[in-house]
Amino acid sequence: MIRLEHVSKVYKTSTRPALDDVSVEMEKGEFVFLIGPSGSGKSTFLRLLLREEVPTRGRVYVSNFDVAKMSRRRVPRLRQSIGCVFQDFRLLPTKTVAENVAFALEVIGKPRNTIVKVVPEVLQLVGLDGKEDRFPTELSGGEQQRVAIARAFVNRPLVLIADEPTGNLDPDTSQDIMLLLERINRTGTTVIMATHDHGIVDSMRRRVVELSYGKVVRDDARGVYGVGR
Amino acid sequence: MRTSFVFSEVVTGLRRNVTMTIAMILTTAISLGLLGGGLLVVRMVDKMQANYAGKLEVSVLLTNDVSANDKDCTQQPCAGLRSQLEQTSGVETVVFQNRDEGFERFKRIFEAQPELLKLARPEAIPATFRVKLEDPERTDVIKQAFEGKPGVKGVDDQGKFLERFFDGLNGLRDVALILALVQAFAALLLISNTIQVSAFTRRVEVGIMRLVGATRWYTQLPFLIEAVVAGIIGSVTAVAGLVLFKAFFLDRITRNLTESGIIPPIGYLDILIVSPWLFLVAIVISATTGYVTLRLYVRL
Repeated sequence: MIRLEHVSKVYKTSTRPALDDVSVEMEKGEFVFLIGPSGSGKSTFLRLLLREEVPTRGRVYVSNFDVAKMSRRRVPRLRQSIGCVFQDFRLLPTKTVAENVAFALEVIGKPRNTIVKVVPEVLQLVGLDGKEDRFPTELSGGEQQRVAIARAFVNRPLVLIADEPTGNLDPDTSQDIMLLLERINRTGTTVIMATHDHGIVDSMRRRVVELSYGKVVRDDARGVYGVGR
Repeated sequence: MRTSFVFSEVVTGLRRNVTMTIAMILTTAISLGLLGGGLLVVRMVDKMQANYAGKLEVSVLLTNDVSANDKDCTQQPCAGLRSQLEQTSGVETVVFQNRDEGFERFKRIFEAQPELLKLARPEAIPATFRVKLEDPERTDVIKQAFEGKPGVKGVDDQGKFLERFFDGLNGLRDVALILALVQAFAALLLISNTIQVSAFTRRVEVGIMRLVGATRWYTQLPFLIEAVVAGIIGSVTAVAGLVLFKAFFLDRITRNLTESGIIPPIGYLDILIVSPWLFLVAIVISATTGYVTLRLYVRL
């Protein structure tokens, strides 16, 4: 599903590599936590999968895409098969809940009748049915993140990338979001989640890949946040 | 491609930066209006040149002495001058017009001004050779060869006057085109700037679009269309401006000249012929500027 082979990334502005000879493989349907302190390379890792960045060395595969080598013209296809959720939700304040979700389909040219059908379905899946016409500012943080997840998932991506999705939420709400991500994972979607949240990682007991100074220092099949520290 | 989506984005974009949009449209309109004015002057000069081509003559004016005494141009120096003129290469026809014929002609031309006719005396009109050249531009040959000869009072070149007039018009055209160019440069910067501002205000949307896998067309087209729409509105404004300028200003100040046939009138047809060029220029410039701006300054 996802494979990184000896991937290094050196930014022009930095002498130290953001990623240093990283090789990782993730299977279809896996739930993977990506942990490590700030600056350890988590964001770079995720950006490489989305081809927001190109690796300095090594190869990156997502599904059938040879991400590092692919032409710019095919990048949208790659991104259509990956959903993204962020700490800051990134919703459009001028659009309603339903419009925010529909936006993701509109801009990739899905026909209207498809949009009308799948948007309510996914809103129900994330537990926001009845709030279609609210605006993001009228929602709680947890609800806003649900909208963001609905938007990321509405096109049924193969992979869902979540970059600190609970970073702005209280522990209870975070738990709800994790349940939602688990439910999405059970549909066969690979979920990769970068996080600092010890509690969540420890309670979920999923695969943990830890990065430190751009290297993979730990890869446990059913790990916790900090063993032996 | 969902066109409704793209166009709703365009409308939102134009409304969001309404002041910038207006500035962009006005600058484009002024630039195109000046360009249109320049093109109209070009058309006018062309028409005039076509009108006058073949009609221009060089007049070799004869001295008072000859004018008074040699009505049929049978004596010297008149007869000799005529044969010399006829033998000069490049001369098409030579017509002798004696003082009486000249006075008749004068009366015809100034029919409408009886005061002038009352003052005029046949003695003031010299006998004249009206020389038509194969190439109306080459009047200097006649001037050099005949000016100062015995019996010749002077050589009068109609072309020279017209040339000065054309120079004036061409100067006007050049000023209009230079101003149009300066304005076009300002319009270009404004278009570029508006797109950058527009892209900045919509960076969240554009970021999401990129992330969910919208193609470059989807992300960039709204910005391009925004620029082109502003350009088209600008060119419509420019054409409207030209029509109003003609109706309320130009027609009034040139009425005398056009009615007497000295300059051809600028008609609405001329504006109609010029306007597609203005549209084309507007579309090409706004689309190119938009595209280059998106490529160079906006990471979409």
